Amino acid sequence: MQVREPYFTKVFKPAVFVLALMPLVWLAWGAWQEELGANPIETITRSLGEWTLRFLLLTLLISPLRRATGWVQGVRLRRMLGLFAFFYGTLHLFSYLWLDQFYDWGEIWKDILKRPFITVGMLAFLLMTPLALTSFKKAMRKLGRNWQRLHTLIYPLTMLGALHFWWLAESKSRLAMPLLYSVLLAILLGERVFRWLQKKGAWRLELPGMLRRS
Amino acid sequence: LPLMAQAKSTFSTDEEQTPYKDVTTYNNFYEFGTDKSDPAEYAGSLQTSPWSVTVDGECENPGKLTLEDLLKPHSTEERIYRLRCVEGWSMVIPWMGFPLADLLKRFNPTSKAKYVRFETLFDPKQMPGQQRSVLDWPYAEGLRMDEAMHPLTFMATGLYGKNLPNQNGAPLRLVVPWKYGFKSIKSIVKISFLEQQPATSWGRSAPGEYGFYSNVNPEVDHPRWSQKRERRIGEFRKRETLMFNGYDQVASLYSGLDLRKNF
Repeated sequence: MQVREPYFTKVFKPAVFVLALMPLVWLAWGAWQEELGANPIETITRSLGEWTLRFLLLTLLISPLRRATGWVQGVRLRRMLGLFAFFYGTLHLFSYLWLDQFYDWGEIWKDILKRPFITVGMLAFLLMTPLALTSFKKAMRKLGRNWQRLHTLIYPLTMLGALHFWWLAESKSRLAMPLLYSVLLAILLGERVFRWLQKKGAWRLELPGMLRRS
Repeated sequence: LPLMAQAKSTFSTDEEQTPYKDVTTYNNFYEFGTDKSDPAEYAGSLQTSPWSVTVDGECENPGKLTLEDLLKPHSTEERIYRLRCVEGWSMVIPWMGFPLADLLKRFNPTSKAKYVRFETLFDPKQMPGQQRSVLDWPYAEGLRMDEAMHPLTFMATGLYGKNLPNQNGAPLRLVVPWKYGFKSIKSIVKISFLEQQPATSWGRSAPGEYGFYSNVNPEVDHPRWSQKRERRIGEFRKRETLMFNGYDQVASLYSGLDLRKNF
């Protein structure tokens, strides 16, 4: 199921790019048409946050998808998807700093200390920043093996993002969406853990018989 | 039209009123779901006629009244009140209704009546949100007797000159403008005069977060967020939250009470 060149580069990838911009277009249009409900700022902030999480999950989906289906071209979309996660994450953060707090740094600092969901949200964004900054070929070459190591930060930061969403819910009845994202994340991370255990298992099979229970 | 026009209540605010559409589509009414849009979407299943209200406890004439009998002696007036939600947003709503004190007096509460407890309808068929144990159903709220008798405390049966939409607590709801919105219990079926302070639904659910008084107070943060500011629905910038939501005339009710402890 490979997309033939030059269609992948010329059509498929740009199409994914345009599609990834659609949530922003939809929000901007909604704001313009005053169709974002009674509290549009809340709608904007929440929507941007959810799209951040969705793009993080999409980024994490690429490798398992390749392993499951053999679709190798996905890897060539991964950086773009990761950068969209950062893009929406940045907009999400600024919608909070600007539209919610109007840059009142004292209040923002109090919020970070007082509201655990904001603490972990900030931390997730903090961890996402170096990944975006080192997403370019030059940085990849320069960092070498450390680039791989640095970019494993996507695992903890996505977990923090999911936790951020989880803790946002004020009552247990609002947990349906956070639960959905957490389950999807658990599947994506679980696949990696499973694969890692399998590798370990394969290694264990080669152990001398005396170390094995027979 | 001039004949119809009523003298504007001195308790009413001149502030810009929140549009009808926002007042009736952005609601917290967990009996119909926990999203703000759920009540407008699902409250159609609530049957508000026939409706009856039971009055019991420490009073001389308890009884079960039909809504018609309950409302008959009262003429409705308009009160334009600020409403401040504990979540940090606010509205200005022109309610229709009558002072709660006028209703309570009809039942001759005894000297033992120190508190009033209110209860919302419990019927998971009509209120699908009650099928899940989000809160301890039925929803219950309470006021101290002097709070209940205060001239600001209002029983609403309508808004914007129309009957109360179901999502706003039809057919009968409380409005206590100096307290966070959740104190203003909706779709009331029971009123009890009590000697002891009653437990409230939110107080039971999170005693450290939702106290019995729940007066609007910018100085006392919610344990998980600041209460200093609020977003008035329809406005871009946030505004400063006012003590007692700007209803300073209730301050004397709490003289000598530590509002930090009695939050």
